[in-house]
Amino acid sequence: MASVGLRAIRKDFGRTQVIKGIDLDIADQEFVVFVGPSGCGKSTLLRLIAGLEDATSGDILIDGRVVNNVPPKDRNIAMVFQNYALYPHMTVARNMGFGLRAARLPAAEIDQRVTAAARMLGLENLLHRRPGELSGGQRQRVAMGRAIVRDPQVFLFDEPLSNLDAQLRNQVRTEIKKLHQDVRRTAIYVTHDQVEAMTLADRIVLLRDGRVEQVGTPTDLFERPANRFVAGFIGSPAMNFLSATLENGEIVLPWMRLPAGIAGSGAVEIGIRPEDLLAGDAAPEPYRFEALVRVVEPMGSEALLVIAVGGHEFQVRLMGRIHPIAGTRMLFAINPAELHVFDAATGQSMPVVQAR
Amino acid sequence: MKPLRPGRIVAFTLLLMGGIVMIMPLLFMLATSLKTSSEVYELHLLPREPTLDNYLEILTRSPFGRWFLVSFSVASLTTASVLFFDSLIGYTLAKFRFRGRTFVFIAIMSTLMIPTEMLVIPWYVMAKSLGWLDTLWGVMFPGMMSGFGVFLMRQFFLGVPDELLDAARMDGLNEFQIFWQVALPLVTPALSALAIFAFLGNWTAFLWPLIVTSSPSLYTVPVGLASLSGEFQTDWEMIMTGSSIATIPTLLVFILLQRNIISGIMLTGLKG
Repeated sequence: MASVGLRAIRKDFGRTQVIKGIDLDIADQEFVVFVGPSGCGKSTLLRLIAGLEDATSGDILIDGRVVNNVPPKDRNIAMVFQNYALYPHMTVARNMGFGLRAARLPAAEIDQRVTAAARMLGLENLLHRRPGELSGGQRQRVAMGRAIVRDPQVFLFDEPLSNLDAQLRNQVRTEIKKLHQDVRRTAIYVTHDQVEAMTLADRIVLLRDGRVEQVGTPTDLFERPANRFVAGFIGSPAMNFLSATLENGEIVLPWMRLPAGIAGSGAVEIGIRPEDLLAGDAAPEPYRFEALVRVVEPMGSEALLVIAVGGHEFQVRLMGRIHPIAGTRMLFAINPAELHVFDAATGQSMPVVQAR
Repeated sequence: MKPLRPGRIVAFTLLLMGGIVMIMPLLFMLATSLKTSSEVYELHLLPREPTLDNYLEILTRSPFGRWFLVSFSVASLTTASVLFFDSLIGYTLAKFRFRGRTFVFIAIMSTLMIPTEMLVIPWYVMAKSLGWLDTLWGVMFPGMMSGFGVFLMRQFFLGVPDELLDAARMDGLNEFQIFWQVALPLVTPALSALAIFAFLGNWTAFLWPLIVTSSPSLYTVPVGLASLSGEFQTDWEMIMTGSSIATIPTLLVFILLQRNIISGIMLTGLKG
């Protein structure tokens, strides 16, 4: 049973500030994903929790205990590395039992734990192979097995899927989620891939430039992004953004006006997800507009379109098996419930009050 | 068989000539060791009456066995020392960040530019003041570490992924165990190469052992053999016999270790 806490964590490498003050509480058994663009400090933060790096200032708590000066092996954690980091000169069984051997556990118990973990991961037949003789997916599972045998309170994953091909990635992703549900331990997972973050996380911590942009459930981040950056990072295809002006509670676009229910006036940026632009025949008047269909990418049960209106292009994700034809004009509508408005200066989200 | 193109013929011819030039002195050494003293100055390869008397004589009537033992002790002890310290230093320089790391590395590298001939006088002065003259330790100490070995090991350790070391840290190993149990096994090809260089270098060392030793019981093989060459007369057949025997350990070391170098392509265990 272990929670993880970060208190005003900072980390400098020389003069470069990598982590610029992070506070976070991770509950016991929670699956938290650190996500963000490269260089945002997510891996560094994980290494700080692992104890592979020392924080410049701030406290790290595991199970309520400050572990700033506790070496990695005594933090009751295990880590799965991006490149698997299996010892090439040892068999799978030795790789998995290496940490236990270092901890001087009796051989019988090491054997028993390794066998149990191997069974859990379907590695029984590979125990006497060396890493060089395994496929990427198998190596990844051995790396997970090495973490499991230690029976840690917290699992740390550092981009564990980034070296697998797309198909295997989905498969191992599912395995990781299953593993978490089976062993019921706290898990912290680092990735740059927002799809992994959305699918795996109980809560997502979105980082940028050494700071937390937003913490919340995948639904929170998707539906109620705190700012323009979060809105643009989460969701695929990405949200459409458009500069607009706010005039007395109305958003003025070059080709239409939208009631927004926000008081005041000024420059704003609006965001609309591709799936919130609907085929507009049935939609009410103020949200409806006509646009030129530029590109159609049929994907079976849905299609990705690029449409043009008022000198702007939008991505649209249109559900349904009947796809429009490129070059035609058709009616679209903005789903008013999912319209996002951001302050043009600060990028902060502005609450939209909808008259449905 | 591949068709012999002109380029290949030229290449093989050159290699063959090079090979002959390399092997001839060795063949003459072996031939001379089988000749009688009257036959030594006749430059033909096959002895008229091959005899093993020279071998019997050098092994029984000279301190050759003793020199062999000294040489072997010196070469194996210095090799062991070079392997241990050079890999430890190379690992530290490759895998730890600390103030002055580059400076230390450059300082070590710069020792490669100083020839032995220039160092023997400071070594001698040092050995004298420490009372190491004419001792086994005195023969060995300059060869206990080598700048070249540090460089070689550092380059190989640079290729060992940091993630493996981090994984070992998570597994609870201390820094020396990580070096010994994780990093070192991954650079065995470099260790083998270094072992061959160090052993051969110390086995054939002549100048320094000649200077630092004075009692024949501490002569190394090269110094001992040189002592067979007198002012008025040189027993070439004895020198060649001793040299032939002295070749055996170097051949053994090479045969034993070269396999590691050739087959020891580092398994990465990582991606790919």
